[in-house]
Amino acid sequence: MAQFLFEADLHGLLKLDTPIPNAPPARWQRKDKESGPGPSPAGVSPMKPANRSHSSSKTPSKTPGKSGSKIQSTPTKAGGDRYIPNRSTMQMDMANFLLTKENDPAEGSPNKKEQQKAWAVNLNGFDVEEAKILRLSGQPQNAPEGYQNNLKVLYSQKMTPGSSRKNSRYIPSMPDRILDAPEIRNDYYLNLIDWSSQDFLAVALDNSVYLWNHASGEIIQLLQMEHPDAYISSVSWIKEGNYLAVGTSTAEVQLWDIQQQKRLRNMTSHCARVGTLSWNSYILSSGARTGHIHHHDVRVAEHHVATLAGHTQEVCGLKWSLDGRYLASGGNDNLVNVWPCTQGGGGDFAPVQTFTQHQGAVKAVAWCPWQMNVLATGGGTSDRHIRIWNVCSGTCLSTVDARSQVCSILWSTNYKEFVSGHGFAQNQLVIWKYPTMTKVAELQGHTARILNLTMSPDGTTVASAAADETVRLWRCFEMDPIKKKEKEKANSAKSSIIHQSIR
Amino acid sequence: MAAQGQLGREHQGITLRGSAELVAEFFSYGINSILYQRGIYPPETFTRVQKYGLTLLVTTDPDLANYLNNVTEQMKEWLYKCIVQRLVVVISSIESGEVLERWQFDIECDKTAKDDNGPREKSQKAIQDEIRSVIRQITATVTFLPLLESACAFDLLIYTDKDLAVPEKWEESGPQFIANSEEVRLRSFTTTIHKVNTMVAYKKDSVP
Repeated sequence: MAQFLFEADLHGLLKLDTPIPNAPPARWQRKDKESGPGPSPAGVSPMKPANRSHSSSKTPSKTPGKSGSKIQSTPTKAGGDRYIPNRSTMQMDMANFLLTKENDPAEGSPNKKEQQKAWAVNLNGFDVEEAKILRLSGQPQNAPEGYQNNLKVLYSQKMTPGSSRKNSRYIPSMPDRILDAPEIRNDYYLNLIDWSSQDFLAVALDNSVYLWNHASGEIIQLLQMEHPDAYISSVSWIKEGNYLAVGTSTAEVQLWDIQQQKRLRNMTSHCARVGTLSWNSYILSSGARTGHIHHHDVRVAEHHVATLAGHTQEVCGLKWSLDGRYLASGGNDNLVNVWPCTQGGGGDFAPVQTFTQHQGAVKAVAWCPWQMNVLATGGGTSDRHIRIWNVCSGTCLSTVDARSQVCSILWSTNYKEFVSGHGFAQNQLVIWKYPTMTKVAELQGHTARILNLTMSPDGTTVASAAADETVRLWRCFEMDPIKKKEKEKANSAKSSIIHQSIR
Repeated sequence: MAAQGQLGREHQGITLRGSAELVAEFFSYGINSILYQRGIYPPETFTRVQKYGLTLLVTTDPDLANYLNNVTEQMKEWLYKCIVQRLVVVISSIESGEVLERWQFDIECDKTAKDDNGPREKSQKAIQDEIRSVIRQITATVTFLPLLESACAFDLLIYTDKDLAVPEKWEESGPQFIANSEEVRLRSFTTTIHKVNTMVAYKKDSVP
């Protein structure tokens, strides 16, 4: 029978799924019980054996697992034990050095002294004889327990918690189409795509601009820059969709006729690359790397009609409001400026509002189409927040932490929502409900950070250009055909009421 | 009243006392920014104030605010006497005590200002612009500084002249360098009496 017992024992040992009974506590368990920090300098060693004997006496024949739980019930402060409550305030190294240095020889030869001094200067970075270092004594302030550095949450999260409420409409999670955009410049500060009212999508790929006809799918190369190192830095369609404004790295603003595929104008007034453009009927505003914004009247020869100096670093976001009264600009200096359409008293343009709350570059700037004077802005990597402002009062109506670099914001005309484009880590588009600021959907698919967003003329599709060299079209604001008819009826009804009242 | 005082200062130029105040104030806001940006303290404990034409975040925690006030007051005095050479913010992990980040502000003091009676010529606005750039750079460092994984505590070290009497509440300390560090120099600003250079050193990641 002995061999069966032996076999049972052997099996028990080999299975390794239960703790071995009556075994001496493992080294890590011993360390856990001591509940002290890692390095144990010599100065503390006399105390350690006393600790150890205490803890080992507590576990005569209990299993290690059980005793571990008992120890956990005693309160432990961060990195301390009952002998030394707070180890981090103790300067163990200094204490050890002071205790042991009396044994060292005091003087050396003059050469040795020089050498020592040279070593000291090298090691300490300053002459120890000339300066000394002071430290405010007392406990350095620690954050409350249980506080986890929130940056860790930012950079390690995989899925952001979406809204639990089911959406009332279906938003496809896959893009409608994926277009190839080879050689697209991965530069956060440029604005390389725009969608015209005639349903042409203009995409700037390094030194060329291509037009993609959404309806027919055909592609036309509109232009290619002659200069070898030059590239296109921004594109913007005029409202009617027959002219395209192009900003270049050579500080030019060009105007192209699409019908004839000819360049109409080449306006030079900037000294640095033109990263952003915005139209207000016949006025074209351009923002440059110097931080200056120029207004160009494209009808006259002397096109440069005004200069707005409000930014000290590159202007990356520029948008005229839909009624043409205000121009919002965001820069790499973390400022958002709101400019009036007319000059002030002194003939100078001064911003009516300046918002400094963003902690990162503001490239995402968008005006609300259904509420007057409401502006949405999004900050870059250092900021990651989306803020909604009322530009008349200057108040921030709401803020939401998007947890990722915001490159672009677009308001929807079909729903009371807006969409934002993001970068690291998920490179997603997020659709938010306004004004509740809840997430409606997250559209994932891009494998590198999104650089720009633009909306189709019918407001149903959003095109996103990303550093993964693709342009994806997302059909996220599709109108229900029944609702569409209702909307059209409402629009026509409104106009008839007006006619009645005029009588 | 404050506006008038500032206006007066602008016209008169910078005096030694004014310069000491400006630099001490900069340190106070700079340290608050570092604590917020590096996530040493929960962001909810910070509130926004307008300063230097920027929105800065300062702590509302009373203990921390008190601690920083003590340091700022002391710095003001020492800057006035031109005996402080460097201010260092050391960020170390609580558990292991290892120094993870080290923000070093070098101060160069023009000692002749003590003897000068007349104020120096430099507009308040120019100094504010320079300070603004440095603070913006500190904010932008979050894009490249390595993530601080564990809970951290911070310490303030001040390098002073050798013969300074150590005041109450202060004690001597070592430099607390980082073993294998990567250094980045940020912008500097000067009030013509004090010049402050900023530098951040962080632990190089062992895995490339």
